[in-house]
Amino acid sequence: MMIIKGGKVYDPINKIDGEIIDIYIENGKVVEEPMNERNNNEDIIIDAKGMIVMPGGVDIHAHIAGPKVTKARVMCPDDHRKDVVRKTKITRSGTGYTIPTTFVTGYRYAKLGYTFVAEAASPPIATRHTHEELNDIPLIDKTAYIVMGSNHFVLDNIKNNNFDGLKNYVGFLLNATKGYAIKIVNPGGVENWKWGKNVNSLDDPVINYGVTPREILQNLAKVRRELNLPHAIHVHCNNLGSPGNFKTTLETIDALKGEPIHITHIQFNSYAGDGWASFASAASEISNKINSCDNVTVDVGQVIFGPATTMTADGPWQHTVYKLSHQNKWANVDAEMETGAGIVPYVFKENNAVNAIQWAIGLEILLLIKDPFKVCLTTDHPNAGPFYYYPNVVEYLMSKKKRDEMLNKINAKAKEKTTLVDLDREYTLQEIATITRAATAKIMGLKNKGHLGIGADADIAIYKFDENNIANSFSSAKYVIKDGKIVVKDGEIVRNHIGRTYYVKVKGEANDEIKEAFANYYSVSFENYAVQDVYVPKKEIIECYKE
Amino acid sequence: MEIKNVPCPFCGSLCDDIIVNVENNEIKSVKNGCGISITKFMKHHVNAVKSPMLKKEGNLVDVSIDEAIDKAAEILKNANYPLIFGLSTTECEAQSKALELAELIGATIDQLPSVCHGPSIMALQSVGQTTATLGEIKNRADMVIFWGCNPIEAHPRFFNRYSGAAKGMWSDRSKRYIVTIDMRETSTAKKSDKFIKISHGKDYELISIIRAAIKGQGIPDNVEEITGVKKEDLENLTNRMKNAKYGVVFYGMGLTQSFGKELNTDNAISLVKDLNEWTKFSIIPMLGHYNVAGAVHVWGWQSGYPFSINFALQYPRYNPGEFSATQMLVRKECDAALIVATDPVAHFPNEAARHLAGIPVITIDPKFSLTALISEVVIPCATAGIEAEGTAYRMDGIPLRLKKVVNSEFPPDREILERIIERLKEKMKEQ
Ligand code: SF4
Ligand SMILES: [Zn+2]
Repeated sequence: MMIIKGGKVYDPINKIDGEIIDIYIENGKVVEEPMNERNNNEDIIIDAKGMIVMPGGVDIHAHIAGPKVTKARVMCPDDHRKDVVRKTKITRSGTGYTIPTTFVTGYRYAKLGYTFVAEAASPPIATRHTHEELNDIPLIDKTAYIVMGSNHFVLDNIKNNNFDGLKNYVGFLLNATKGYAIKIVNPGGVENWKWGKNVNSLDDPVINYGVTPREILQNLAKVRRELNLPHAIHVHCNNLGSPGNFKTTLETIDALKGEPIHITHIQFNSYAGDGWASFASAASEISNKINSCDNVTVDVGQVIFGPATTMTADGPWQHTVYKLSHQNKWANVDAEMETGAGIVPYVFKENNAVNAIQWAIGLEILLLIKDPFKVCLTTDHPNAGPFYYYPNVVEYLMSKKKRDEMLNKINAKAKEKTTLVDLDREYTLQEIATITRAATAKIMGLKNKGHLGIGADADIAIYKFDENNIANSFSSAKYVIKDGKIVVKDGEIVRNHIGRTYYVKVKGEANDEIKEAFANYYSVSFENYAVQDVYVPKKEIIECYKE
Repeated sequence: MEIKNVPCPFCGSLCDDIIVNVENNEIKSVKNGCGISITKFMKHHVNAVKSPMLKKEGNLVDVSIDEAIDKAAEILKNANYPLIFGLSTTECEAQSKALELAELIGATIDQLPSVCHGPSIMALQSVGQTTATLGEIKNRADMVIFWGCNPIEAHPRFFNRYSGAAKGMWSDRSKRYIVTIDMRETSTAKKSDKFIKISHGKDYELISIIRAAIKGQGIPDNVEEITGVKKEDLENLTNRMKNAKYGVVFYGMGLTQSFGKELNTDNAISLVKDLNEWTKFSIIPMLGHYNVAGAVHVWGWQSGYPFSINFALQYPRYNPGEFSATQMLVRKECDAALIVATDPVAHFPNEAARHLAGIPVITIDPKFSLTALISEVVIPCATAGIEAEGTAYRMDGIPLRLKKVVNSEFPPDREILERIIERLKEKMKEQ
């Protein structure tokens, strides 16, 4: 048995807010306190006196594995040179910076006290690749969302009013790819981009199909409910990145008519203004809407100043970023029948008005949404910045003083075009624990993650918290326990461990129509499409239906 | 027994519809494959290495696999600047193990692009790339340009299956305008709607003129003098490019290995990027070996780099040229080499081969090669995609599961590499 003694525990799901509680661990799970006084020399006792104890962090949205991530890695040797990681007796070597290699990704998440990360966008046809990489990410558990918002079968079934066909296809696809959730990126726009076009509103038709983003969202939300998936549809809205796009975001929420939706990196979809010159925050409008409804959760996509690598299935937006970024690298990939992707290196600059406003909007949203169970901390890694800057964001949230220092340093438009300067709220540790683990786990439907109740996975982070040095307190955990084993001690990796890959098992299988489309329009055989079991050597299957 | 949907592990097309007929652990016939595929499947056991071997008193003699592995580990342990090379024609897990081994001993690791499609990847690193999976080409492309490549011969099924004559959702041969740009009228040119003959080494100039023309600058009157291409042909070509609904450029070593190398690919990718201001255009390098893309991916996600990687400082460094196998050998830098699934003695320049012959070499290969003959250690393995499973990445990045259709008495590459790693770790401890 392992016992974590004397720490201040923050476990929002179980409403434990800084109480001193001992935690007992056996076989990788949190267990009851034993009835009898224990006197066993084999027990591992962790003295957490003066420290804070939280469930392991859960990241609801990051790009850590799969074709676009590795294309970006290969495309950007310049990114790696400034951040090299030596091998040690225990750990493998690698490189950062914005797009760390797989091993380094696992190590850095673990050092932050994170133990579960969701890859936010896997193209179905290349999800075998995503799984290969996930297997090379040590220490943490992981999962992958499957991109569907411009998929041929989705568009075709909606066009033909065949809801049952759509539902069956989505089930088939999640099973075939061993994925976790329905990801929708710029619904319809990704297909139109294959002809060099986009959609600009919820009612713009998709070329050749005639269906609209509104119909795609509504139908997939209904499918997700009927398939009983643990996580809501995970949506990157239309018009991402464009001035004035908050209206599209609000319309998207309205279009769902109460069906659950998770809107990702909403900072990029909370803009007012009608051009770059009048670019401004619409964080209040967005936050008010979220405060007033129960079906919407979000993650923020907080901007971190410095280099980033933007990568998304939103190809048309990436083409715009390429032109805005005034630099030379742009990758685009059209993936047959399903989706696409774009990659552009980018630098968020403190003295750039738009970047400064974007930075402030992210914090506004985090501060204006009242219920911390509705909002998650992300940087849409590595789109708005690398994930290992989360501790800096935590510091801005917990300290008005720190964020005002930054606000005074950056382009003055950030004060003028947002309300950040007026916001006095400071997050408590309990609220931080919520937006980094409890809320994310709950929103993803991970029953054994994000809390420390009996039966929870023994994935635990212990920090030495110093309120005068908040960012440092969270950037390197004192201890991290994964599946009941100490993997990080004093900020160093002390043990090798391979986590599990989570995926759902749902109703739905290939019918003749699906197979025929494969024979005619795919470049791979149907028989070779589904991800074989060898690609998930350590797995956790979430059964979404009973036979 | 008929085994269906077997991916063909012989060229970057990785056609995954091969039917292999097997009886008594022997391949009896092959269906759907091209000539290359059928020959390679049927003759996979010809010229096979029959036993692990060590060089003793100048001759290769049969030994146990344990002895061969021990010797391999010994050689690598004693080397100061070892080279690991090859791996473009084996599966991803072997590529992964090879990188782990390189890290363990501080070696340089390199694969075939450093002699073929390296310039494509270096161009990606300077300008990016707008590309597509092959199914997208078959479904959408109404303009296909083959530049310095001849798939009809190098990738025999490519033209019908994915590109020129493929029938897809919104396009087929009748809707597709096909152009071949090459120095000579290849068999691909003969199947095209238009052949444009370009003077030797003038690719860069021609691409630059097209880029200017697309942006509205006139085509110079002396263009034919410069590039060998008629002005009216170019006008026609640029017009068609701008007006295509979905265009694609496939290019090969005619572009990457002719004068200008990565500057040519750089310019070609930039041309395609420019075209996306008007329409949709993609560009795809015609990778020859079936799993070059696999090593680019695996090494990419593990180290950040696609080839020419060095671990002497205990972290990965990348520098084509400095860490390219050929150049390292020519400069006589490495003092031992591990060669996996390739034959550098047969294909490298003389000086490089000569240096290789003078240092201890370990070869892992199912077949006898010139490199095997000069090796200290030869370890036969199960051939990936025929005798062993594994993953391979098609030229467009699509990952497929390779199949095992017959058994081999030898372990696969990944297992041999794994055992060398284990033995090395033991030896390092013994010290
Ligand atoms: S074209 Fe290439 S992959 Fe296809 S069958 Fe021929 S050799 Fe094999
Ligand atoms: Zn994202």
